[in-house]
Formats: sequence, structure tokens, C-alpha cells
Amino acid sequence: MQNKDALIVQQIPRLRRYARALTGDASRADDLVQDCVERAWRKFHLFRRGSDIRAWMFTIMHNLHVNTVRKASARPAVVSLAEWDGDRSVRPAQESAVEARGVVRALALLPPEQREVILLVGLEELTYREVAKIAGIPIGTVMSRLSRGRQRLRDLTGEGPEKPVSLSKPNLRKP
Amino acid sequence: MTEVPISDGDLQALADDQLDPARRAEVEAHVAANPDAARTVAVYRAQNTALHEAYDGALNEPVPERFLRTHRQRRGGGLIRIAAALVLFVLGGAGGWWLNDLAPPSRAALASQVSERARIAHAVYVPEVRHPVEVTAAEQGHLTAWLTKRIGAQLIVPELTSAGYDLMGGRLLPGGGTPAAQIMYEDQSGARLTLYIRASGPDDAKSALRYDRAAGVGVYYWDDGEKGYALAGELQKEPLLKVAKLVYRQLNR
Repeated sequence: MQNKDALIVQQIPRLRRYARALTGDASRADDLVQDCVERAWRKFHLFRRGSDIRAWMFTIMHNLHVNTVRKASARPAVVSLAEWDGDRSVRPAQESAVEARGVVRALALLPPEQREVILLVGLEELTYREVAKIAGIPIGTVMSRLSRGRQRLRDLTGEGPEKPVSLSKPNLRKP
Repeated sequence: MTEVPISDGDLQALADDQLDPARRAEVEAHVAANPDAARTVAVYRAQNTALHEAYDGALNEPVPERFLRTHRQRRGGGLIRIAAALVLFVLGGAGGWWLNDLAPPSRAALASQVSERARIAHAVYVPEVRHPVEVTAAEQGHLTAWLTKRIGAQLIVPELTSAGYDLMGGRLLPGGGTPAAQIMYEDQSGARLTLYIRASGPDDAKSALRYDRAAGVGVYYWDDGEKGYALAGELQKEPLLKVAKLVYRQLNR
């Protein structure tokens, strides 16, 4: 088998996991993965042998996703706040599956750039330095997005300190 | 001793296991003395765990054919094959029967092979820092019983300590029709090997040790008629063969 094929195909399962979490929708996620795989194939001559193929493909996916988000920025959030409130009022006893769902739903309410770093660090277990390179931002920005995003997740899932849950629209970082 | 201020960034990095050892000790001491900080770290860790619970399933789904087709179409192999067929036709040779050998096997066919599946599973789970295995070596009895039951064939977990590899544990890889088991080992330097095991299907023939290398991952694979095995690692061919023989001997005792 060709090395190029093997290198790219090996990354598909991780890219799918990440894309699914990022978009919150399995079919949109697979479209994103397919675009990413196609671009990796076309641009493979730009990949430096011996460097990290995973970081390279995640960078491609980051760029594709940023473009998609920019195009769709007029669209409302995936989960409406009303739906969110309804869910909280009937929140059953803590159970890990329920908690996971709570985090997933809260994640959809975060600004995309916070969601991205939370997933790259928390799910993909990349280092802050790797995430900075992938997203093309300074490491300090990675850490502040992580900090604000996780704090907000904490508030939304009711795990926060005793202060009112703010459901105001989060301030979107300017590009 | 001066008090070092602890930021939220420190708590994040502790939860994510990204602090250097010296700073880690300082932050851990701070967390031990501050219930609020301890609670924050616990919440961040729980968030990470929740993400894995919600999305790790995607890792084990078979790669859809449409992703693989992308490669095949772009390779241009089709034209070459047509050209080859024309040449044979024009030459009038009775070459049709070996045309099949000339055509590269389809990606789908390759993807169904034990070696290919093992290599992908290796690439997926070896970089995992916090969740490389589902059941750890500490519960080896449970690991063996559970995987034996799930793959539907008696599983033996080989001992590779003599080659310098300690057992880390294993996981179940569902999807693609047949569930498979992945056993992971690690040496002192942190280099990892994985052993992929699945019950043989009707299309699997008994086979001796074979070797395949792609994308920096070498795989020795064989089929004993009951189960298919594949040992995958970044090792060079010779050292990997030594370990493969060690595995082979223990399974065929």
C-alpha cells in the first residue's frame, strides 16, 4: 500500500471523532472529514516528511471549519436557550451518561473558537503548543479561551460556584 | 519558601496533565490545601471525561467507503488499468486471467484485512495519553475473560516482559462486522506495541507470519485457523519480528 494513503487513512477515525464533537452533527462532520481528506490528498506535496501528520491534518480541518463557521455565522446556535432551560428544569439525578450529555449540550452554546480549543485539548489530548500551531494563535490565547470556555461549561452544567447562570449571549471574539 | 501565585491556567494544565514536574508539584500542593481549587480541577477533569464518553465511539466505527473512494478516484489507476487491458487485447495474449493480479487491490479489500485494521487501530490508540486502554493490566483476569467473551474465541494475553514490554491493558474494537481485541504494551522509553486479535471469518485462510509496513508502522500478521493476529509497532522489521516470534510461540504452546 502507498504510504500517502496509509498516512491519511490512519487519521480518519480521530478526525471523525473531533469533527463530530465540533459540529454536533454526524453527517455535517463526515462532510468536513471528507473535505479534509480530499484536501490532504491534493496538498500532500506540502506535507513535510517526518513531521506530525496528525497536526497537519487537524490544521487543514481547522481552516476548513473556520470558513464554514464564517459562512454560517448568521445561523442561530445549535441548541436554543429555551430548550436548554427546559432541560435544566427536569434535570435528573447525576449519572455519568446524563452528565456527558449535559456537557455536550453546553458545548454547543459556546463560541466556536472556545469549543475548538476545549475539544483539541480535552478530547484530542493535544498539547497547548500543538493547539496554538493548529489554530494559528499564541499559546496565551489558547489558555485564555480554554479558561473562559471551561468556566462557562461549568456554569451551564450547574457545576459552578453559587452564582447565577448567565445565559446572555457570549461575546464573540473578533477575528 | 516564597508562595508562587497559582493561576487558572495552572489548574487547567494540571487537569490536562501538561505541567512540567517541578511546577506540577507546586500546583498539587496548592490544590491539596484549597478545596475550591481542588473542585475546579475535578470539574475540568470531569469535562474531559464527559467528552470522551460522548465521542470516543466514533473511533471504532469502520471508515466509510466514500472516504476511501476519494483516494481511488484521484489515483488515476483506472486509466492505467484500461490502458493495460488494451495492450493485452491488442497483443492478442490470453492474459485476461492475470489482469486481476495487475490491478491494485481496492482500498475496501485492503481495509478488510487484519493487517490494515490493526495498523489503523494502532495509529488511533497509541497516541492516547489518558485513555489508551479500556481495561488496565491491573485487572488482567477480567481483561482476558471479557475480551474472550466479546470476540467469541479463547484469548491468551502474551507476556512480553522478556522483550522489555510491559502489559498496559486492552480494549474492544467493535464495528466492521467482527469485534476485535487490542492489547497494548509499553517499554521503558514509552514506545508502544499493539496486538490485534479477532476470530477468523470464513474468508480467512490459515497463514504463516507475514509482514507489511506503511506510514511508519510495521505489522506482522498471521492466522492460526481460529484467530487472526497482527502485531503492530513503529519498530524496525527485525526487532519487531523478534517480538512477533515471542507472541507466536506463546500462542502455539
